[in-house]
Amino acid sequence: MLPFAPFLIPLVAIALSLVLFGGFVGLAGADVQAVYQSIYRGAFGTWFSWQNTLTSAAPLMLTALCTALPARLGLIVIGGEGAVVVGGLAAALTGLVLVDANPWVALAGMALAAMLTGGLLIGLVGWLRHGRNVNETISSLLFNYISIAILSFLVIGPLRDPETLNKPSTHHIGDTHMLGALGDTSIHWGFGYGLIVCLLLWVLYKRTVFGFAVDMVGGNVRAALLSGLPVGRIVFLVCMMGGAAAGLAGMVEVAAVHGRANTSLNAGYGYEGILIAFAARHHPLAIIPMAILFGGIRASSGLMQRDHDLPDATSLVLQGIIFILILASEAVFARLAKRQGSAA
Amino acid sequence: MDKKMSKQHDTPVNPKRRTTLKGLAGLGLGIFAGGFGIREASAAIKKVTMGFLYVGPRDDYGYNQAHFEGKSAIAKQSWVKAVDQENVPETIAVQKAMESMINLDGAQVIFPTSFGYFDPHILKIAPKYPDVMFLHCGGLYDASKHPKNVGSYFGYIDEAVYVSGIVAGHASKTGKLGYIAAIPIPQVLRNINNFTMAARSVNPKITVQVVFTGGWSNPVKEAESANSLIDQGVDVLTCHVDSPKVVVETAEKRGVYSCGYHADQSKLAPKGFLTGAEWNWSKVYLDYATLISKGTKIPNLVRGGFKEGLVKSSPYGKVVSAKARAHADKVRAQFMKGDFVVYKGPIKDNTGKVVIARGKEYGQTDIWLESMDWLVEGVVGRTKG
Repeated sequence: MLPFAPFLIPLVAIALSLVLFGGFVGLAGADVQAVYQSIYRGAFGTWFSWQNTLTSAAPLMLTALCTALPARLGLIVIGGEGAVVVGGLAAALTGLVLVDANPWVALAGMALAAMLTGGLLIGLVGWLRHGRNVNETISSLLFNYISIAILSFLVIGPLRDPETLNKPSTHHIGDTHMLGALGDTSIHWGFGYGLIVCLLLWVLYKRTVFGFAVDMVGGNVRAALLSGLPVGRIVFLVCMMGGAAAGLAGMVEVAAVHGRANTSLNAGYGYEGILIAFAARHHPLAIIPMAILFGGIRASSGLMQRDHDLPDATSLVLQGIIFILILASEAVFARLAKRQGSAA
Repeated sequence: MDKKMSKQHDTPVNPKRRTTLKGLAGLGLGIFAGGFGIREASAAIKKVTMGFLYVGPRDDYGYNQAHFEGKSAIAKQSWVKAVDQENVPETIAVQKAMESMINLDGAQVIFPTSFGYFDPHILKIAPKYPDVMFLHCGGLYDASKHPKNVGSYFGYIDEAVYVSGIVAGHASKTGKLGYIAAIPIPQVLRNINNFTMAARSVNPKITVQVVFTGGWSNPVKEAESANSLIDQGVDVLTCHVDSPKVVVETAEKRGVYSCGYHADQSKLAPKGFLTGAEWNWSKVYLDYATLISKGTKIPNLVRGGFKEGLVKSSPYGKVVSAKARAHADKVRAQFMKGDFVVYKGPIKDNTGKVVIARGKEYGQTDIWLESMDWLVEGVVGRTKG
């Protein structure tokens, strides 16, 4: 393989995607060059746009981990959305319990509660897989629906703040307990959390015995069992870490944006995270640039609509093209490398 | 909260640009910004730039389309530049989209049209841009609590729903009507109650079965509910969800009548469509644009029903009888005069409890009606669980 292949392949794929996308918007009747300019301007062209992009990327980094971590074990978990929802709900409730506490205590409590709840949800998916042989993809998908239903039930029913007449929500956690922005920017702390968590998990996977054990279970479960690894515990723990990351994204939504739990928690971050995890090939560090790229596309969607009269779905088309080309190019390059290898 | 259109804490809108890009140096990319620079707004003294945000697609045959039609109507004016963005979720995305319209397009007025955009999103962004006006659809403005550059507008669409109820009452043969609603919040309950009371004013034996789908856009559940209601003998369906498309189409396919909501759905059901309650946002948006271009103060609270031209009824379908038309027209005329009171005692809820005593009445603008949590006698359904 080429020396810089891990970087080169996605870059080539992204460049190619942009060309294909140009053809698409051209067919839709827009001025292709101007559309490229709008995407650039809306996503990365100004400091204002950068802040938009990084804010959009923040929850995606965390939800991507929910799919990326278990993927190292060979599991395909798509329950990020559910973990965001239950995490956010747990955070909002903890925030209400700790409403008189010191802000730091309250925020730490909210983060812990969210990570624990999200973690238990996905941990349960892992346990069902290992202990009961229940397909993890299906169970995590179904858990999403259950989580959303529980959220709707609670915010419309017993936990509803009667003041929130037409948008049922829980009570507000209090302005002093809200999570602030990073320095002078308008980017909330969720982005910082995302960076830190991605880095920590990368170190965990690359530099620790635990990371090695995870790779071993992912490589061959039988071999791992024969070597005496506690496979069940590893599966549970890894799933739990993934769920905890997505749960933390839910806490950020509550603590940095809404101040309450309501159905806005279920905004699709979990599903977009799946896309990013796959595009990043489940590598915790690669998730960072991928989330920023997809966040940028999200951020530029507005300009594509406003300047070129393109529908909102245009940005989904671009995301889809990039996603498919990155996955496909990986396979193509692998085959090329193999052929080169056998020729030599 | 005062309901009159004139009630105000007014802010003149200054058409000059007010927000400069901050921190261009960030991440070393600022240098590129100049090339794509911000449009010079001083050239546009009289021109008004308006930004619209919708929570769903522009062509949903419903809530969002109604706003999009309003936007399209004013975009035709040469002195208006109207930009819009669809599918903006009620998350931080809407804050970013509003700021983007202000910073990159130079918008002077922002219309965030979804209910959930108000708190916390508008309330967070508005203080940062004191010269931009944020006009929210939903009627939550409170001069004592909210920034002066925020306002709200909303229509008493329940008047038009009442008229639909009369037409539905005349059309129904089985005496069973069906209402598919999103969630049991006051605005929705008020529509259901109006529809029911109107239909029962035609035929007191009529019942209205309500199904709550749990969300504003839940097409699968909406179709299931429509089918199950029709299976139970319901022969007129209506709904309060973001897009009535699924309900109206299902009714047409199953050969029952339907009443529309938000926008005109008559095209979707050429046979069974009766009428519908529609918003008339083009009037509201044109009024705002005119005020702004003249530099006049904008009222912070705009409310109204038929009389003020904020709501209207969809044209009657072919199947609507002359008798039904005459009855509905008569009631509409009373609303136009402003002397029709829907909530006039005695009124019982559907558990038998008297909620409005004999001799008591609540007029259209009464704040008490805005916290409604009960269903009127004749509705089959519950607001909880």
